[in-house]
Amino acid sequence: MRGVGGRWHAGDMTTSPAPSPVAAARAIDLRKTYGRGDSEVRALDGVSLDVEAGRFTAIMGPSGSGKSTLMHCLAALDSPTSGQVIIGETDLSKLRDKALTALRRDQIGFVFQAFNLVPTLTARENILLPLSLAGRRPDAEWFDTVVDTVGLRDRLGHRPSEMSGGQQQRVACARALASRPSIVFADEPTGNLDSTSGAEVLNFLRRSVSEFGQTIAMVTHDAVAASYCDRVVFLADGRIVDELRAPDRETILARMSALQAAAIASASPAPGSAV
Amino acid sequence: MLRLTLRNLLARKVRLVMSGLSVILGVAFLSGVLVFSNGLSSTFDAIITGSTPDGVVRPVGSAEFDGGFSGQSDLTLQPEVVDRLAALPEVARADGDVDGFGMSLLGKDGTVVGGTGAPTLAFNRTDAPTMDGRQALTLTSGRWPSEAGLAADGSAEIVLDDAAAKAGDYRVGDEVKLVAPFGQLQRTARLVGTAEFTAGGTAGATLLVFSTRAAQQIFLGGADAFTRISLTAAPGVSQAALVRAADRVLPENYEAATGDTVAQESQDAIGTFLGVINTFLLVFAIIAVLVGGFIIVNTFSILVAQRTRELALLRALGAGRGQVTRSVLVEALAMALVATTAGVGIGWLLARGLAAIFRSLGLDISSDALDLTAPALIASYAVGVGVTLAAAYLPARRGAKVPPVAAMRTDTAVERPLGRRTLVGTIVIALGAGLVITGLSGAPGSDAAWVGTGAVLWILALIGTSSVLGRPVLLGCRALFSRLLGTPGRLAAENALRDPRRTGATASALMIGLALVSTIGVLAASLNSSIDDLVDEQFTADLLVRDSTFLPFSTSVGDAVEKVPGIGTISRQQRVDARVDGADGAPRPGTVDVGGVSGTYSEIYRPDVVAGTARFTGSEAVLAQGEARSLGLGVGDRLRLSFQGGKRLDLRVVGVVKDAESLPDVLVPLERLADAGLRRQDTSISILVAPGSDVATVQKAVDDAASVVPTVGVFDKVSFAEDLRGQVNQLLYLIYALLALAIVIAVIGIINTLGLSVIERTREIGLLRAIGMSRAALRRMITLESIAIAVLGAVLGLGLGVLVGVLLQRSLQADLTSLGVPLGQLAVFLVLSVVVGVVAAVVPAIRAARLDVLRAIATE
Repeated sequence: MRGVGGRWHAGDMTTSPAPSPVAAARAIDLRKTYGRGDSEVRALDGVSLDVEAGRFTAIMGPSGSGKSTLMHCLAALDSPTSGQVIIGETDLSKLRDKALTALRRDQIGFVFQAFNLVPTLTARENILLPLSLAGRRPDAEWFDTVVDTVGLRDRLGHRPSEMSGGQQQRVACARALASRPSIVFADEPTGNLDSTSGAEVLNFLRRSVSEFGQTIAMVTHDAVAASYCDRVVFLADGRIVDELRAPDRETILARMSALQAAAIASASPAPGSAV
Repeated sequence: MLRLTLRNLLARKVRLVMSGLSVILGVAFLSGVLVFSNGLSSTFDAIITGSTPDGVVRPVGSAEFDGGFSGQSDLTLQPEVVDRLAALPEVARADGDVDGFGMSLLGKDGTVVGGTGAPTLAFNRTDAPTMDGRQALTLTSGRWPSEAGLAADGSAEIVLDDAAAKAGDYRVGDEVKLVAPFGQLQRTARLVGTAEFTAGGTAGATLLVFSTRAAQQIFLGGADAFTRISLTAAPGVSQAALVRAADRVLPENYEAATGDTVAQESQDAIGTFLGVINTFLLVFAIIAVLVGGFIIVNTFSILVAQRTRELALLRALGAGRGQVTRSVLVEALAMALVATTAGVGIGWLLARGLAAIFRSLGLDISSDALDLTAPALIASYAVGVGVTLAAAYLPARRGAKVPPVAAMRTDTAVERPLGRRTLVGTIVIALGAGLVITGLSGAPGSDAAWVGTGAVLWILALIGTSSVLGRPVLLGCRALFSRLLGTPGRLAAENALRDPRRTGATASALMIGLALVSTIGVLAASLNSSIDDLVDEQFTADLLVRDSTFLPFSTSVGDAVEKVPGIGTISRQQRVDARVDGADGAPRPGTVDVGGVSGTYSEIYRPDVVAGTARFTGSEAVLAQGEARSLGLGVGDRLRLSFQGGKRLDLRVVGVVKDAESLPDVLVPLERLADAGLRRQDTSISILVAPGSDVATVQKAVDDAASVVPTVGVFDKVSFAEDLRGQVNQLLYLIYALLALAIVIAVIGIINTLGLSVIERTREIGLLRAIGMSRAALRRMITLESIAIAVLGAVLGLGLGVLVGVLLQRSLQADLTSLGVPLGQLAVFLVLSVVVGVVAAVVPAIRAARLDVLRAIATE
């Protein structure tokens, strides 16, 4: 089993004797509803999930299955209607905005579909932004490792407008890793990229899990992307309906087709927000 | 297309309200000023025509001489003249008037009532009708003074105007304190009633109404005589016929004038004064409107930029360029109409506010006169709508130029090079510099006009190139902010640098305001410093006694002061106006300033003699060099002066002295003025303290002696300069207050731009929050961006303003002899601009911090 107890970075949590596999993030009976009464929509309907540390987990599901809502709740961007989210050993429901902000800054990395780089900053500055917001000094060695892994050494002085989409997304990946977060959340990271650039990004994410023991949770509806993962969790109608370990592309495609067919057949109003 | 335009308007309510606000403020100020100035002049017109009779008999030359400042004629009209006039068939009635000039009313607490601009008018009560057939005055309480003269104790019965009674805290039945201009100074009178002009209000004048007998006793030494006569025409007789008939029976040195002529003269005299006020206010209104126009340009530029994709889509779907331009312009028109209407409404209230301020300064304007006239309405709409449309035109054109293909691009921000701007800007700056240099190197015409024109070009160029010129300032901000506040500071400055045009245009509004403020500041400081120099050089007396409003005062002050121990040399001066008779015996146009001075004058002031001597006696006169040149007179020539009332002095020029601020045009022996038929009063008294005496001690004693007239004060060199500086500063602060409006509009501009930028950067802000920027840090970031914009405007504005101020001082060196740069004030303005930045950022920062992180990231 790869990456058991693979908390490779310094921190208070490394000392805690954790059973394997350790959960980097846990969702316990998460529920998220929008609206009231007849128009009530259940985006999440009792989801419990352990995102295992040192693993690359994909969250899949048809549009409206609640996968994005689940990720937003796990990533402390959104708060569930009920249930608990625990990052490391911190229960998010007990935190207010300031503490949540600090938690996102220090323990969570983000990769978005739309890259979301700050256009006024260079690639280097974008990568170091979370650290500089936290007022932390970057670890030069780690920075070099990350930059070399994403292959951006010669692009560090460029601004986002001077880079291709693939390069921008690799900068975003490097930014997510630079602060050595407990967990990185990636939301359709290849959604805006061509297949070659997408493969580069996925390879990089895969390597950061395999080589550095990074925990990554990725939302995607792309079977190819999901095939890079250690584990795929399937969501439908706000519930976890299936799970695959070390999947291949065909198996994933088959499961997805089945889910989509079921979703169309049930013809229930699509819950949740489809981002 | 129209429906789409209107939809757009509604969808952008908040943004349009903000930019509309700048139009509202500008138009409000403009229409407020127009309404106010109209009210001001109609108040005066109504009072003038409502207090002038069909005809007036008055001393010859009254029209040329300005009331009491010119010296008062001691000519009087005998009652027989009144009877003779009344007997004429053209005359329905003739009423003798007694006008007293220079009397002051003291309040219950002993301070002077009024006396800060509007005159104090003392006169006798008659029931003569005015031109419009009504009484000039209407009682508002009590009764008119009884016909009896002064009581045994010298007290009179008096009627005051309502405002004066209120200001003095007097009620009917109270004992009123007065100070007469001559004779027995301290007087009391019993308040028997209050009155106001039948036309409404008093326009700030203080009215003291006595019975005819009492007025004669106070002002004419008890003689049964009059200073003027009011004529009422018999039915069917024209004013002209009335005056022709009256002229035949008048004594020498008197003339009859039609009521229309007299009213016209008064209106002309007041019109000049009102014109100055109106022009002054209008200038600031126009500045406000122009600054508002900038904000419109900026807002519409940003709105168009944000809608690039939408506009491109319209073009792709087949909309023509004209249609796109028009749709933006229609949006602007709708906004302009709403904002101008609101502005006119607020302006009407503002006019009332202005009237209230002037009322507190003693200029009472009846609120009935403050109505929106058609011309004011038309002007306000023309300016409000015109400026808005003109300002929206450029962005609209730019919007129409968006190629349809932009709809397909994801990245729509098109960076346009600043090269052409820089080039044009440089040329215009060079052009302005050329004008300035031409002016300063002695080209024909006023140097200041050359410099001023150059400065206007500079401002325009600076507005156009602030995006380029401002870069160093913004880079400085970046270095400072990132050092002090780390990443949020760095990001803030980067945001300001991101779109230099937008930042520059936003800062321009503040820049214009501060350029004007600092130019005025430098000029005022130079004026103060020049005053100090001038006083230092020319205030050669130890002490100077004068009235607070420069009016002549009773000779009894001088009589008392002369007895003060410790005085070495004392010289009394009486300044009066006179006309100079030309070689043909007819008077030249205009008047000269004649100073009757006692013989010790030249011992104190030691004028620089150019020719002849500065000492004179008898019928000798000394001319100031400038006046001598313009009259073409020199030593040995004859100088004939004619005075109010028609009396003449025949003098011989014995000397010409160098011009000085402290010198009148013509110096004559003080005692000669009595021959000129003028009442002896003093305008100022100069004192040299005797050797060995302490100036402060003597000053105290002189002050005590002069206190018989409360408006008269004693100044030494320092307090005299302070007094003059105080007047300069009063004007300066008034100008600052008016320019504050431009600053307020500039703040709105910054709020607007920041607000729009926040909307534009929603996703970026969401990202920053997601990766760990706290709300407080985000607010700080927006605030710092705002400060960067404000500081940019301030640095450019203050820099330009100081430069222009210095150059103007150089060009006005004849009057502004010394340069003053108010460093303290400039520093305060810089600090204030930081405050402006902080204030402007409050709302956008709160809005940005409140953005929901999730939704912000999801925003497309």
